[in-house]
Amino acid sequence: MSPPDRIDVVGGRSAIAGIGETVYGKNLGRSELDLACEAIVAACADAGFPVQEIDGIVSYHIEQVSEEAIVHALGIENCSFMARTTSGGGGAASIVGLAAVAVASGQAESVVAFRARNRSKGASYGGDPNQGGRPWEKAGRSVSGGNQWHHPFGVASPTHEMALIARRHMALFGTTAEQFGMQSVAQRFHASHNPRAIMRTPITLDDWHNARMIADPIRLVDCSLENDGATAILVTTPERARDLAQPPVTVLAQAMGAGPIHVALADYFRTSSSFDERDFAGRHIARQLFARAGLTPADVDVAAIFDHFTMAVPLSLEQYGFCGLGEGGPMIESGATRWPDGALPVNTHGGSNGEGFIHGANHVPEAVRQIRGTSTCQVVGAEVALVTGAISDPAGAVLLGRG
Amino acid sequence: MHPDLPRPAPGPVEAPFWEWCRRHELRLQRCSDCGTFRFHPRPRCPACTSAAADWTPVAGTGTVASYTVLHPPVLPAFADRVPYNAVVVQLDEGPFMVSNLLGIDNADLAVGMRVAVTFVDIDDEYTLPQFRPVGAEAAA
Repeated sequence: MSPPDRIDVVGGRSAIAGIGETVYGKNLGRSELDLACEAIVAACADAGFPVQEIDGIVSYHIEQVSEEAIVHALGIENCSFMARTTSGGGGAASIVGLAAVAVASGQAESVVAFRARNRSKGASYGGDPNQGGRPWEKAGRSVSGGNQWHHPFGVASPTHEMALIARRHMALFGTTAEQFGMQSVAQRFHASHNPRAIMRTPITLDDWHNARMIADPIRLVDCSLENDGATAILVTTPERARDLAQPPVTVLAQAMGAGPIHVALADYFRTSSSFDERDFAGRHIARQLFARAGLTPADVDVAAIFDHFTMAVPLSLEQYGFCGLGEGGPMIESGATRWPDGALPVNTHGGSNGEGFIHGANHVPEAVRQIRGTSTCQVVGAEVALVTGAISDPAGAVLLGRG
Repeated sequence: MHPDLPRPAPGPVEAPFWEWCRRHELRLQRCSDCGTFRFHPRPRCPACTSAAADWTPVAGTGTVASYTVLHPPVLPAFADRVPYNAVVVQLDEGPFMVSNLLGIDNADLAVGMRVAVTFVDIDDEYTLPQFRPVGAEAAA
């Protein structure tokens, strides 16, 4: 059942004025608060915007750096809006969506959206059990909530979950693991152009074949990197953005949605298991997103797709309407997602297996650079960019365009 | 048994599932109003929102909807078992469960295999519902 069409009052009423990123790397040896502050200050510097005029803060619901800590560290005195997205990486693009909602509705003028992570193997700064390394490895012997339906079977990490979804897709549609590998290769090619990327050496499909298996069919080079870093994005009014240092990048539309898949693994195929619109949030999000922007998938010039594992890319291409159900694998095989010749270059910064994994937040600056015309894998004349959250969660997406 | 082997710590809505497993019986919540089976356990029927449910026996048979074979990194308690399989089984009553498939070479795993539940007593308190192939695949 589709919701009735509503008049969108958010699209076009905010703009990204600044982007800021720390170095992305292994074991940087700095706290997440320190990294977050650097990224926020960098986003403001990019915009030519005074840090202390920030009046809104948005992040992921599992962000470990509190709004309070940001306000105290940066001397922000007039914070009037704070909100968090849902569902981990599902909310990646929605940090911009929420900021846009706040700005468009007048709750704040200039909102900073950020994500900071210490996820290098062995990183343990700050003493919080959720900081450093892999949280799922520390779940312990007594498992409650959703974990009780899979941890006792040795199924615990996101890789395990996505492997089960990927295998189902392969069985239903003939998608091949090699097609995931082709996306891995494409993203590493993009990363080889990107000085910020952690993995700057391109790989071949042979390298993919030789990479060790993590959770069949997912190989090591299909996985997001485990690294440290922080990303921040400054969203303000179109009027204010026009007076700042960078060409404004308009938030054309934002949308969120919740599908029944990913209820902590146990229920994620519900009763249909067919990857149709009943299963994932993506179709629902895409329908709202494109309607609000008055655009279609064909209008999108470049996409930054949440890719905790490369198998998420073909599934997202299907759910967001760039191809039919089951055609995501062949679309990748055709070269469509590879810069510079592909019709829809995907993750031109190198994505989560190339540039680094800031839980998808680092996809936003790349989309902004594409609209500004400053990407290291620039799509010539790019006017519309899509940024998505994780395909498997309640999630969200934004469409960005020229100001 | 590894000392850190994960053990369910269910809340009141979920506890009956594990208690029935302890008695080697697979039971799922079934809505008392509309008859819809559901798993995992939850306080309301997703089909009709009724709070009334009965723990109803199910056949314990189903079909492999998906599978994977896991290599490091895995939970510390499973490190000495790699590579091991995990499956999603669609029970004949409809719901899906994550489990493991016993008595099979991982190279023979396939979507669509018919399987039946088997109960493995982990210790005096806790029993795990795992599956075995049935029919032609049951030779192992």
